[in-house]
Amino acid sequence: MTELLIKKIYNWVDERYQVTDLTGFFTKKTVPVHKHFVWYYLGGITLFLFIVQVATGILLLFYYKPTAAEAYESVKFITTKVEFGWLVRSVHSWSANLMVFSAFVHLFSTFFLKAYRPPRELTWVTGSGLLFIVMGLGFTGYLLPWNELSFFATKVGTQMAGAVPVAGEYLRTILRGGDEISDATITRFFALHVMVLPIAAVSLLGLHLIMVQFQGMSEPLSSAKDPVKKTMKFFPNFLLRDLVVWLLILAGLMVLSIMFPWELGKKADPFAPTPFGIKPEWYFLWMFQTLKYIPAKIFMFDGEVLGILGFGAAGVGLVLLPFIDIWARREKRNPVFSILGVFTIIYMLFMTYLAYFGPQK
Amino acid sequence: MEQTKITRREFLNYVLGGGILALLGSAGYPIVRYITPPKGVETQASSVVAAKVGELAPDAGKIFKFGDKPGILINSPTGELVAFNAVCTHLNCTVQYDSRAKSILCACHNGRFDLNGKVISGPPPRPLEKYDVNIRGEDVVVSKTA
Amino acid sequence: MKKVQMHKKVSISILVLLALSAPCCMAQEKDYCVECHKTLDGSAKEPVDKISHDVHSKRGLSCADCHGGDRTKEDFDEAKDPAKGFIGRPKRNEIPGFCGKCHSDPAYMRRYNPNIQTDQLAKYMESQHGKLNAQGDQKVAVCISCHDVHGIREKADPRAPIFITNAPMRCASCHADKEYMKDYSIPTDQMEEYSHGVHGEALLKKGDRGAPACHSCHGSHDAALPRAIAVGNVCAQCHSLTRDLFAKSPHKAAHDRMGIPECEACHGNHKIARTSDEMLGTGPGSVCEKCHKEGSSPYIAATSMKTSIETLKGDIKDTESMVKDAERMGIEVSETKYFLDEANNSLTKSRTYVHTFSKETVAGIAKEGIDLALKAKDKARKAIGEFNFRRKWLAAVIGIILLLAAVLYLKIRNMEKT
Repeated sequence: MTELLIKKIYNWVDERYQVTDLTGFFTKKTVPVHKHFVWYYLGGITLFLFIVQVATGILLLFYYKPTAAEAYESVKFITTKVEFGWLVRSVHSWSANLMVFSAFVHLFSTFFLKAYRPPRELTWVTGSGLLFIVMGLGFTGYLLPWNELSFFATKVGTQMAGAVPVAGEYLRTILRGGDEISDATITRFFALHVMVLPIAAVSLLGLHLIMVQFQGMSEPLSSAKDPVKKTMKFFPNFLLRDLVVWLLILAGLMVLSIMFPWELGKKADPFAPTPFGIKPEWYFLWMFQTLKYIPAKIFMFDGEVLGILGFGAAGVGLVLLPFIDIWARREKRNPVFSILGVFTIIYMLFMTYLAYFGPQK
Repeated sequence: MEQTKITRREFLNYVLGGGILALLGSAGYPIVRYITPPKGVETQASSVVAAKVGELAPDAGKIFKFGDKPGILINSPTGELVAFNAVCTHLNCTVQYDSRAKSILCACHNGRFDLNGKVISGPPPRPLEKYDVNIRGEDVVVSKTA
Repeated sequence: MKKVQMHKKVSISILVLLALSAPCCMAQEKDYCVECHKTLDGSAKEPVDKISHDVHSKRGLSCADCHGGDRTKEDFDEAKDPAKGFIGRPKRNEIPGFCGKCHSDPAYMRRYNPNIQTDQLAKYMESQHGKLNAQGDQKVAVCISCHDVHGIREKADPRAPIFITNAPMRCASCHADKEYMKDYSIPTDQMEEYSHGVHGEALLKKGDRGAPACHSCHGSHDAALPRAIAVGNVCAQCHSLTRDLFAKSPHKAAHDRMGIPECEACHGNHKIARTSDEMLGTGPGSVCEKCHKEGSSPYIAATSMKTSIETLKGDIKDTESMVKDAERMGIEVSETKYFLDEANNSLTKSRTYVHTFSKETVAGIAKEGIDLALKAKDKARKAIGEFNFRRKWLAAVIGIILLLAAVLYLKIRNMEKT
């Protein structure tokens, strides 16, 4: 009976807006099936977590107050007095971290499967942009509870921005809203976190999804050469599978949010000395640790500046990857890129490990 | 007879539908409770309803909870309502209103404060933190001074 | 014409004379005491070095204002002329009279500070120091022993020897010196005891200027022992509530009758140890047992009071650990902590009301505290219950989600079979 109802509504809409072309496209779309099929889920997982973030973020907006005087108290109010506030906040914090992780896994899987080769270059470019936006959302959001950890982590993070040559000081002042982390910082971080970055994310995401839908999923080089191609219909088969995965992720998220609730921490005191061993969030740690190991001076250049420039160059390299990897363009493998990818993963993991367990200077 | 037997497909669809509804319910209920403003507490964690209008007679005081610390609300002999942080600035005992001396006393070491919170005598080194008092309808609302 | 010229001449001359005399009028009148003594060495030069921060010299007074003589005279004999009132260096036990010359003269002192006390000399004469001084004792404290000489700082100056955080050291400079005090029959361990007691630690270690120094209990100029009958009054300057309770209790009459000082009998005088519940009731640290025999009704009262307090302490401790658990689980506990704080206030109050020595009173106050602690415990229990509820709720939700995922999976299988 529900099917009849759905059909009736569909016809009503179709009569007015001719959606059959679009829906026809969807029903025809297929997804290639091969041994690396499982990685196709990662993009959807990241999207799901993003939706969770937007929903919990909107709920938090109902009670959060973005000033230095009230931020911490408002978060305390949410977690202690608002019904299910503790849950909304805990989910928002956990989902943020899971989303960053998922974005990185999605990045590396598409890297190794060379999904960025033509005709999908711009999908990769928008994807890299999305990664930077997601990390920006993480960085700006982390300050908002205005607790000790977030205050000092932001202090360290914005300090690094100052190391950019020429524009560094100005950039740091723009980020901080002044010379120091203050009330001015929290309001602009709030603006970035709640408006600027989400709008940018949604725009790029829209493009990214349209491109994926239009061009279909990329096939890995190994199966692209197979004469016999197994496929699966996108709607409803792949989509339903996607939903199963999303449900499992949701279950995991709930377990983490309830069994390991996110701490409130201590309210930030701008006049207190920096606590020993302060670190940024885990997804920035590999960069943070790298900068620690660069010597203070390399020839006549400031070590930190070189490090920042290095990261900048890596970022540019990441975005332009489809245009750099000319072998992939010719549907050929190049071991250099594979080794580079593996090395990057090991490097990031190792640096992160050292940041937590190495000598705490 | 085949038509009355539910096919596996239809059965699955029913269970699926039921499951989706259950999930939506268990997500929707917390959301609805969340956006309902909590009763009895100020959305500001830094203000509190200390008493009802008329509850305190002139020349009397009352200890109330402010956050996780005690506060003291005093109806002065002239009928003016004042409120302070009730934690003595000497060694953190809770102060009280002394209606005989018309001042605030800390019984631990005889520290005394006037009705502006300033130290009159005894060991306290600093005045008591003063709070703002406002009447809102039936409520006497005490809040941190901006 | 002539008259105008004459006027002009006179006025010009006057102006010239004034101009010529200006330098010598403008210049500071020389203080020849200082001028001469600053060229000397050692103890003769010391006064000059010190008067720069002296409270007297800041008000325009100088050597001759105390020692007599004429400061405007450069010549030694003229400056130190006894006819001009030159006293020179007074003998040690003449010093109180020397300072008292001005300081006990209200009319004189009013010119400088209308509110300064002028009874120091009179008080000193009544003090232990003053009495010995009058007998000719050369070692006993005089004004300069505490106030220093030539470089006298105001009482409110933290560098002054009499500034409250410095004062105990000043008294101890004689009173803790065994060699110096060997001719006197009083102990020399007061500073040692005091610095290890609560008052000494508060003043000397924590810098709490509300804590008493030696003169707070013994007096400064009128320093003497308070005598047993006055000890209670002395302590009551700060501990008035406790003293009032004691005064209303049967202990006061008993102490007065036996001539035992009130507070000191149990708490000591200089080494006042941090009070502990061990002092109450019976047991190794008990002070009650010092006088009261086992089985006597005071003994029973002591035991009962101790029990009330121990019960309250136990309840508070239980609640505290429960609150800590709840906090760890991420539950809001500020209201619970508030009641716990109030229970701790009751504990302090019940310890204070021990001084009524009435087991009913103490039990009553302890009960208030116990009720509060139990209220807090109840809240903490609810908070932990809340956490358990959340976990159950989680299990239910996970169940729904996993069920749904499984059904979906079956649906996919079912769909793809055809």
